[in-house]
Amino acid sequence: MRALTWHGKHDVRVDTVDDPEIVNPRDAIIKITSTAICGSDLHLYDGYIPTMKAGDILGHEFMGEVVETGPGSTLQKGQRVVVPFTISCGSCFHCSKHQYSACDNGLPADNQDIAQAAYGQPMAGLFGYSHMTGGYAGGQAEYVRVPFSDVGPIVIPDGIEDDKVLFLSDILPTGWMAAENAQIEPGDTVAVWGCGPVGLFAVQSAFLMGAERVIAIDHFPHRLELAKRFGAETINFEDSKTYDALMEMTGGIGPDACIDCVGLEAHGFFADNVWDQIKVSTFTGTDRTHSIRQAILACRKGGRVSMPAVYGGFVDKFPLGAFMEKGLTLKTGQTHVQHYMPGLLNAIMEDKVDTTFLISHRMPLEQAADGYRLFHDKQNEFTKIVLKPGMDLAA
Amino acid sequence: MGDTMTPARDDAPASTSKHRDEAAAVASGPGDSVTAKTVTINRPRQALYDYWRTLENLPAFMDNVEEVRALGGGRYHWVVKAPAGATVEWVARITQDVPGETIAWESEDGADVPNSGRVDFRDAPGGRGTWVTATIAYDPPAGVIGKIVAKLFQREPAIQARRDLRRFKQLMETGEIATSARTLRQLAEEMD
Repeated sequence: MRALTWHGKHDVRVDTVDDPEIVNPRDAIIKITSTAICGSDLHLYDGYIPTMKAGDILGHEFMGEVVETGPGSTLQKGQRVVVPFTISCGSCFHCSKHQYSACDNGLPADNQDIAQAAYGQPMAGLFGYSHMTGGYAGGQAEYVRVPFSDVGPIVIPDGIEDDKVLFLSDILPTGWMAAENAQIEPGDTVAVWGCGPVGLFAVQSAFLMGAERVIAIDHFPHRLELAKRFGAETINFEDSKTYDALMEMTGGIGPDACIDCVGLEAHGFFADNVWDQIKVSTFTGTDRTHSIRQAILACRKGGRVSMPAVYGGFVDKFPLGAFMEKGLTLKTGQTHVQHYMPGLLNAIMEDKVDTTFLISHRMPLEQAADGYRLFHDKQNEFTKIVLKPGMDLAA
Repeated sequence: MGDTMTPARDDAPASTSKHRDEAAAVASGPGDSVTAKTVTINRPRQALYDYWRTLENLPAFMDNVEEVRALGGGRYHWVVKAPAGATVEWVARITQDVPGETIAWESEDGADVPNSGRVDFRDAPGGRGTWVTATIAYDPPAGVIGKIVAKLFQREPAIQARRDLRRFKQLMETGEIATSARTLRQLAEEMD
């Protein structure tokens, strides 16, 4: 089959590799119909994530058709499914509490060592995101092996096009959980840092959960325009002082809930040395964590801070004093995708949530390497690229 | 002043002691180097004991164990992988067997690597299944064979025990052992 493979910094290629097979009883093989490039894929592309190996297949936002099932799978050939980016067993203590991203058994035993050393306990596996997160082949390919296929994938009813449901795999549930973690109450003003896909979905979700006002913060005009379309007020931090603006826009109180959707924009985690490397190579070590510091300072007393943004290592100058003195609540975590998929599929079918606005470009899988370059170089214009393995090259 | 009291030892397991002699005292049979690890498995105690007590099952989740064969009378022949395609072997005898609770074994004289071990199954608090604690003690070997085996055993035996326990947990909770292998050929290579 053809697959997008990683070979080093700014070097991804569409190669011919072996087709995946059923390896474990609960596996299924999915023929990919749509797969997106995620903002966090750019961190692999930029070479920031350790434990990548040449030839690794990328991609953790994908959907397709079931073509093969193991004896323990509950899927049937021909079904269309969206696959969560997290690989979770469904049987351990954490899965039984719907804390799927904290699954005990998603990572191969040997791959659990590094996560245990970094975090104290190992986390769930992830598709296409380095060997620290399991070394699983991703879905930017013609086919993918999906472990625990009786737990993860959600079956999509006929008649709903891919573009409407693809983002159930990651960014829609992530934006939704971000808003849920903000524990929004009627009348609330919610501030959202970062209007990438997750931030934009958090804006939509916050309104659905009863927020009276949402204030969206970014510096890409196009992204702020999209946030505005969903009813948010905007702050462009290149034009306005964010903290001052938030205080004035809330009558000196501060937002009731703050959602940081900036972070490192990565699903992986960063060992210390990588964190340092980023600081050195970009001179933005402290700026990168600016959003969470700003969120804590701006948040009203007794308010809530939600952090879907991914932080992998350590953060400098975390304002612990403000956090404590103001009695804030901070909720965070990798997304428990499987928990949110059914409800969000319903919301999509009832037209309560729109996801298709996000897609700026569609390309055949064969052009995936170009897709990475364009997504990397032109973020304002390329908000989201969806790769379609079946798409005509000439299209 | 009242009587001076000897402060009691804390409640932490001896295997986590900072004092080498205390940690070593965990072992009951042959072997000086000791490692003990506990894992919580979301399954009933008896089911876990039953699977483990069929010692022939152990290679399914113990990476380095190639074969365990019953010889009768509670004696088992173990074949364990060593680097460069070599194997080490020994005969071990079950020394304690409490159904649903404990299995202990000890190598007989002449073992390539004298060793002993026990696995204890206890109800986890809060209805979370079972605590499985594996305790392994072994004598680091000397000589040529020692050099071969050293790589196998001396390099952080705790890591091996921890990984084996994780695989046991995966097998018992999910019915399979997680792998990133994409093809059966890759899986076979991983097993080597």
